[in-house]
Amino acid sequence: MNASPFWQLGLYLAVLLALAWPLGRYLAHVLDGRLSSRYAWLGRFERGVCRLIGSDPNEDMPWWRYATAILLFNIAGVIAVYAVQRLQGGLPLNPSGMTAVEAGSAFNTAVSFVTNTNWQGYAGETTMSYLTQMLVLTVQNFLSAATALAVVIALIRGFVRRSAAGLGNAWLDLGRATGYVLLPLSLLFALFLVGQGVIQNFSAYRDVKLVEPITYQQQKTDARGQPLVDAAGKPVMETVKTDKQTLAMGPVASQEAIKMLGVNGGGFFNANSAHPFENPTPLSNFAQMLSIFLIPAALCFMFGRLVGDLRQGVALLAAMTLIFIAMFAVVQWSEMHANPLLTQLGVDGSAGNMEGKETRFGIVASTLFATITTAASCGAVNAMHDSLLPLGGLVPMWLMQLGEVVFGGVGSGLYGMLVFAMLAVFLAGLMIGRTPEYLGKKIEAYEMKMVSIAILITPLLVLGGTAVAVLSKAGLAGVFNPAAHGFSEVLYAFSSAANNNGSAFAGLSVNTPFYNILLGLAMWLGRFVPIVAVLAIAGNLARKPRLAVSAGTMPTHGPLFVVLLVGAVIIVGALTYIPALALGPVVEQLQLFGH
Amino acid sequence: MNDMTKPSSLPQHTPTQRHARRLPLFDPALVKPAIVDSFRKLSPRAQLRNPVMFVVWIGSVLTTLLGVQALTGQGEAPAGFILGIAAWLWFTVLFANFAEALAEGRGKAQAAALRGSRRNVVAKKLAEARHDAEVEVIDSARLKKGDLVLIEAGDTVPADAEVLDGVASVDESAITGESAPVIRESGGDFSAITGGTRVLSDWLVARVTANPGEAFLDRMIAMVEGAKRKKTPNEIALTILLVALTLIFLMACATLLPFSLYSVKAAGGGSPVSITVLVALLVCLIPTTIGGLLSAIGVAGMSRMMQANVIATSGRAVEAAGDVDVLLLDKTGTITLGNRQASAFLPAPGVMEQELADVAQLASLSDETPEGRSIVVLAKERFGLRGRELHDAHFIPFTAQTRMSGVNIPTPAGAVREIRKGAAEAVKAHVEALGGQWAAAVNDAVEQVSRRGGTPLVVAEGRRVMGVVELKDIVKGGIKERFAELRAMGIKTVMITGDNRLTAAAIAAEAGVDDFLAEARPEDKLKLIRDTQAEGKLVAMTGDGTNDAPALAQADVAVAMNSGTQAAKEAGNMVDLDSNPTKLIEIVETGKQMLMTRGALTTFSVANDVAKYFAIIPAAFAATYPQLKVLDVMRLNSPDSAILSAVIFNALIIIVLIPLALKGVKYRALGAGALLRRNLLLYGLGGLIVPFVGIKLIDVVLGVLGLA
Repeated sequence: MNASPFWQLGLYLAVLLALAWPLGRYLAHVLDGRLSSRYAWLGRFERGVCRLIGSDPNEDMPWWRYATAILLFNIAGVIAVYAVQRLQGGLPLNPSGMTAVEAGSAFNTAVSFVTNTNWQGYAGETTMSYLTQMLVLTVQNFLSAATALAVVIALIRGFVRRSAAGLGNAWLDLGRATGYVLLPLSLLFALFLVGQGVIQNFSAYRDVKLVEPITYQQQKTDARGQPLVDAAGKPVMETVKTDKQTLAMGPVASQEAIKMLGVNGGGFFNANSAHPFENPTPLSNFAQMLSIFLIPAALCFMFGRLVGDLRQGVALLAAMTLIFIAMFAVVQWSEMHANPLLTQLGVDGSAGNMEGKETRFGIVASTLFATITTAASCGAVNAMHDSLLPLGGLVPMWLMQLGEVVFGGVGSGLYGMLVFAMLAVFLAGLMIGRTPEYLGKKIEAYEMKMVSIAILITPLLVLGGTAVAVLSKAGLAGVFNPAAHGFSEVLYAFSSAANNNGSAFAGLSVNTPFYNILLGLAMWLGRFVPIVAVLAIAGNLARKPRLAVSAGTMPTHGPLFVVLLVGAVIIVGALTYIPALALGPVVEQLQLFGH
Repeated sequence: MNDMTKPSSLPQHTPTQRHARRLPLFDPALVKPAIVDSFRKLSPRAQLRNPVMFVVWIGSVLTTLLGVQALTGQGEAPAGFILGIAAWLWFTVLFANFAEALAEGRGKAQAAALRGSRRNVVAKKLAEARHDAEVEVIDSARLKKGDLVLIEAGDTVPADAEVLDGVASVDESAITGESAPVIRESGGDFSAITGGTRVLSDWLVARVTANPGEAFLDRMIAMVEGAKRKKTPNEIALTILLVALTLIFLMACATLLPFSLYSVKAAGGGSPVSITVLVALLVCLIPTTIGGLLSAIGVAGMSRMMQANVIATSGRAVEAAGDVDVLLLDKTGTITLGNRQASAFLPAPGVMEQELADVAQLASLSDETPEGRSIVVLAKERFGLRGRELHDAHFIPFTAQTRMSGVNIPTPAGAVREIRKGAAEAVKAHVEALGGQWAAAVNDAVEQVSRRGGTPLVVAEGRRVMGVVELKDIVKGGIKERFAELRAMGIKTVMITGDNRLTAAAIAAEAGVDDFLAEARPEDKLKLIRDTQAEGKLVAMTGDGTNDAPALAQADVAVAMNSGTQAAKEAGNMVDLDSNPTKLIEIVETGKQMLMTRGALTTFSVANDVAKYFAIIPAAFAATYPQLKVLDVMRLNSPDSAILSAVIFNALIIIVLIPLALKGVKYRALGAGALLRRNLLLYGLGGLIVPFVGIKLIDVVLGVLGLA
């Protein structure tokens, strides 16, 4: 795939929009219950399932009931994921004999998959049994995406309903999101991936004979598996020659599909989408990139349809796309340059910075994937972000720090962007001399309070967490890289966790109690504080009457609003993170290239 | 046509009084006390009201202490530098205090001017509600609610009161700035008299409606004086946003210390960033410009209203005015001149035009309404008919029941000429009751006049219909353009009139209003407001009569005319002292201006931060990462000078923007999109560029002075 970067980007966006448009139409029909009110049998089925789990299908939940339901549902998820990881040694579907996951790691992973972060402090093929992968990790991939879909539907109801008390039934929304959207799409996508060569089996790991034996050096370990050091403290090395390789197996395709569609990003294998069994061909790579943005983009169209003005959704999508294109351009520009440290060593840098990238994909497909996966809160990777040049690494980090609103997660991207839209509308409303309103709802003190909380929480977690890490011994212990890059790695880790992305600058060793717990907390708070704030906004908006539009109303669908929205996202992100970024990637870039 | 013969006492407003109250922005009489107040407001309790400035206050205290520590020889930086920063942080707080004090001072000065008209006077307290009852002369301050007073020609009205008996002309110029006297009489819409006004002729017996110091205007003035000023809803929302921004920057700056410590270790050189620099960075980044001017903007908004001779009961009302979608405007006095004028005589078949003119003039001789006078004048102009002295004539005044007025003139023959004029239906009923004929041609004439937007007035003598007098409404000059502006702002205008649909439609077309409500009764008005509000729109209206009170109470922005009844004034949330209904448009603009000023300064404040980052970040980490020098695009003299320049700029910009905060961003009648684009360019882009220039200039000056 050596096509010019912008042709590839253009093709990508064209196919994306062509798919998102009909999907948006479909979502508008199924998520808000239009379909089940058209087909009586479907409605009866939904109500039946609802009663089965003990919920009144006609209950119109006030926002705090809705939020409680969402929270309880997700707490139950954390417990389930934690329990299965701890007990997997004695459970079936464990042909490779995985033992219980260590408690800190299990907690971190449980929170990680429930919050749609899919931060992985472990390597899947050496840690998780097939049962764990399928029963809890894959299931949570569905449920965490459904959670955010339910929240965004509730927020949209807040805009659409007039003087209403409730936001709908959370259980019904969760069920619809899973059953009508995530399951069927994942099934289709999994079949496609299998067609491309992604594996799907329950076999034990397979040893294969190498075509050519390989010799390498590794640190000697003692009987207890601890690395050996000599008297001077230097590692004792031994030379090993092998003609065997163990290939990890497993039900990969079924997890891979929802990993991308649910914008989760937690790989079956440690190498994630750089692994040939997860992402075998250029076509599967292209499809995976599409599947990350597919639902977030379709949700924008759905939003437009549900609020009765398609242009409103298009404006949000346009704002997201603009930021995305600009960010991709920066990464692409950065990675076309060779790393001067490597060229000094005589490495041919004419292809650009190939360190950490798959030769199967090349520069463009890697930079595009990196931009997409961090613009969306996916976190799946097909190249190592740690090896991006400083500026190329700054962009994915900053995209996360913007709050994962550039497409963002399934549902969470849209509600995050709507929070910024309310902020933009507030300032703009004042500037034209009217009490700010968005989609006919006045944005007042209560909304601003919740908007502030939703926007404030992640910087607090990212900057606060990073500060704690670089101040504490336990935090610094994981930092392997020296100088500014080490700082970037810590900052990246907290940006990724608090914004529920899940990708990493892998140079940081995070499978320690310190990082497992701190990052786990960051993920949980970064996910659910904004969710509660958004639901509170939704509840308050639903209670308000919807104001009529006049020539004095600020239009929220034109290019001017798009610019304003982009400005709000960029300025908040820039003002918050400029000092930290200056001490990380910015100074790194200047040290590397500035003379 | 029930308002046809309503006394047209709506004064033609004159702007003289208004100019008298306009003070120069930095009037020395205001500046001196404001400076004193700025220091008084340094107390932490006063500062706590404004979270953004409170952070600056804490920063000032902290850097001062650090400076003192440095003087003892163990500071984190040279004492001169730290104290320089501390001094400018204190100036930042003081400048913000000054802006607020100045705005409050102006408000107080205006309120004092209003109060000036309310000195204590001598009151004639009556024992009974009779003109000739026993009088006790007391000081007006001792009057209580319910007391009865007699006010005679030349007396000042001692308190707000309700007329019980008598008719008098009253000079209300002290309150309204309007020199033409108005008539006050018992009953109906013109029975309220205001303390401080003066009775010019005749006498009034009135019942005091308020205790001293609690009169309606007293309460309103007290509210405006700032002592009781509450934050408006949008101000609260904006404060929340400013607090959020402050918290973000607090986090960004506070975490810089650990980051810097790590960087020093990682880079193996340099020194960690000092507390002083972090405080300076924090103060520069938090929105001090808007934070410092926010309360001044609110106070100034209220004073601007007062400058326009409007007293608002709350800032909330002023703010709501900016949101209005629909303006309900009374036709009479707002859209048309208060009076209609006779423009043609349309005789009935078999009647000469001159004959009609003669009869119409006779019927109008005693009619002192402008309409009546205009008939007399028209008859004189057209046919040279002069006003005659009528002996023994008996005048029939207009009543709401008959809806006719006229005259009974005894003829020498002993008969009586019964001449009546009035609305077509009323006269038709009257004539038919006497057994007369109602000619079809008269109907045609009536309809014709209506269609032209005029008011047909039918004149009859006995049972004989003489013809129709056409009264024409005179649409105010320039009103059409005002409505076009309002339309561009997205505000719909609805004309309210008692006229029939045809008449209303014609005037609506001529005046260019968007819609009209014809044959409106008070309950129709109320219903229109409710319906409009149900559509999700905000409604503003003006009113003066007691029967307007329910509608005023229902409307989102209700401006009561000062000439109106007490009930109307209580129901509204603003009182226009000029009683000029067109003022509503000005009120809307002031409301919008207040919000725009806040929005513009917030945008400006936030946009400023970009330049400040470029100044301070390279300076703060110059020792650790010299590579960051590339970001110093302004090429400032030294790290210390860069930081000091940014802090000085941050303080001075508050002073520079005080005039904008007090006067308000200029309002332009543009659509929302165009207005936003304009303000974004001006305050967003301007806010981005200005500090680059400003900081560089200050840096150069510091260099020249040898301080950098």
